[in-house]
Amino acid sequence: MVKERKLRVMVAKAGLDGHDRGARIIARAFRDAGFEVVYTGLHQTPESVVQAAIQEDVDMVGMSSLAGAHRYLFPEVVRLLREKGGEDIDIVVCGGGIIPDEDVPKLKEAGIAEIFGPGSKLDDIVNWVREHVKPRVA
Amino acid sequence: MTNAVEKVIAGDVRTVARLIRDIDDGVPGVRETLKALYPHTGHAYVIGITGAPGVGKSTLVDQMVARLRKAEKTVGVLAVDPTSPFTGGAILGDRIRMQRHSLDEGVFIRSLATRGHFGGLTQSTRSAIDVLDAMGKDYILVETVGVGQDEVDVVKSAQTTIIIVIPGMGDDIQAIKAGILEVGDIFVINKADREGADKTLNELRQMTEMGQQKYKEGKWTPPILKVEAVFDRGVVELLDAIEKHRAYLMESGGDQHLLRRTLRIREELAEMVKDRLVQEVLDQLIEGGDFERAVEAILAGEMDPYTASDNLVLSKLGRKR
Repeated sequence: MVKERKLRVMVAKAGLDGHDRGARIIARAFRDAGFEVVYTGLHQTPESVVQAAIQEDVDMVGMSSLAGAHRYLFPEVVRLLREKGGEDIDIVVCGGGIIPDEDVPKLKEAGIAEIFGPGSKLDDIVNWVREHVKPRVA
Repeated sequence: MTNAVEKVIAGDVRTVARLIRDIDDGVPGVRETLKALYPHTGHAYVIGITGAPGVGKSTLVDQMVARLRKAEKTVGVLAVDPTSPFTGGAILGDRIRMQRHSLDEGVFIRSLATRGHFGGLTQSTRSAIDVLDAMGKDYILVETVGVGQDEVDVVKSAQTTIIIVIPGMGDDIQAIKAGILEVGDIFVINKADREGADKTLNELRQMTEMGQQKYKEGKWTPPILKVEAVFDRGVVELLDAIEKHRAYLMESGGDQHLLRRTLRIREELAEMVKDRLVQEVLDQLIEGGDFERAVEAILAGEMDPYTASDNLVLSKLGRKR
């Protein structure tokens, strides 16, 4: 009896930014979409986010940033995931929050799959995840 | 497969993480890995921690981990949170209180959702305990919301079971009494700086004393400890109490330990047989089409579900009525 794998995602907040309302709302939307959501809480480092993501075997890490540190924090999470998780790591990283449009191309270049800025609709985010993040196969 | 077994024993975090997911998702083949791992289990000391939402389980677990790490013990944590019965999703937030340990290589923390499949939680959590045990963790802390039989069974499979309450829960203690009071080896009154802690202490004392005859072994009186987990008060005393309970289990040649282990194995084996049996029979019935035919017969009013289930089960077990 093969059951369908459940999607596991992590919602993470790194750095000193203490605004977690958005992250909590996203976490709830993901739960209501039927995902298992690991929430890290505030003030994480990229290292602790990555270590948690590996221990929890999540399919995606969603980073939230509202205080301007995304240009360092998001790419650092991607880099560490590749470093600690091995070459075949398949965890998707996406982000959201107060992120200027001109930063988006640079973030995508650094390996962040998608950025959801202010005004993004919860349904759109959930649908994007459903479409782009699949539970690990092997 | 054998590769995975070797990696788990070597303590490879990613392999362990993936294996626990495979257990949870019921991936075929996982059983073979578990079979190969089983001979490498039995070294870890398993502590179950249970209590209503908000009593401070995660905070206490976090402090216990810190203390155990100071004593240079390695620790595995399994934190169980409920799955929403409506959406199938879950928010697993226990890590929030424990994230300071996430970079410590001597600690492995994993959040599990109850998922609601019958018997599933108990079995998959026990398997996850085995994996962390084989990984070489000295202590494994299992945290659950202690509601429902499944979760009680989970904490029951621990060597030492801790039940947490907070002052002023009033009638909630009455609710605890029915079902899980009997499995508590140690009681913790957390947030003991709050009003009513002594009243709660007295109530618990009365209850454990009244419940004494229920303890088969009889000689262990569950201690009741006042703790303020947030301030790290009473945590050392709690760990002392755990060590005392452990010593008690091992005294006179480990009689109590053996008794518990026998009970545990008996219970687990019965459950595993039950699960396998149900799965096997159902699979066969569904694959062979008998199941759907019976559904149609009931729909058409040709048969009642009682007769149908009798026929289905007995046809597979090869016994005729």
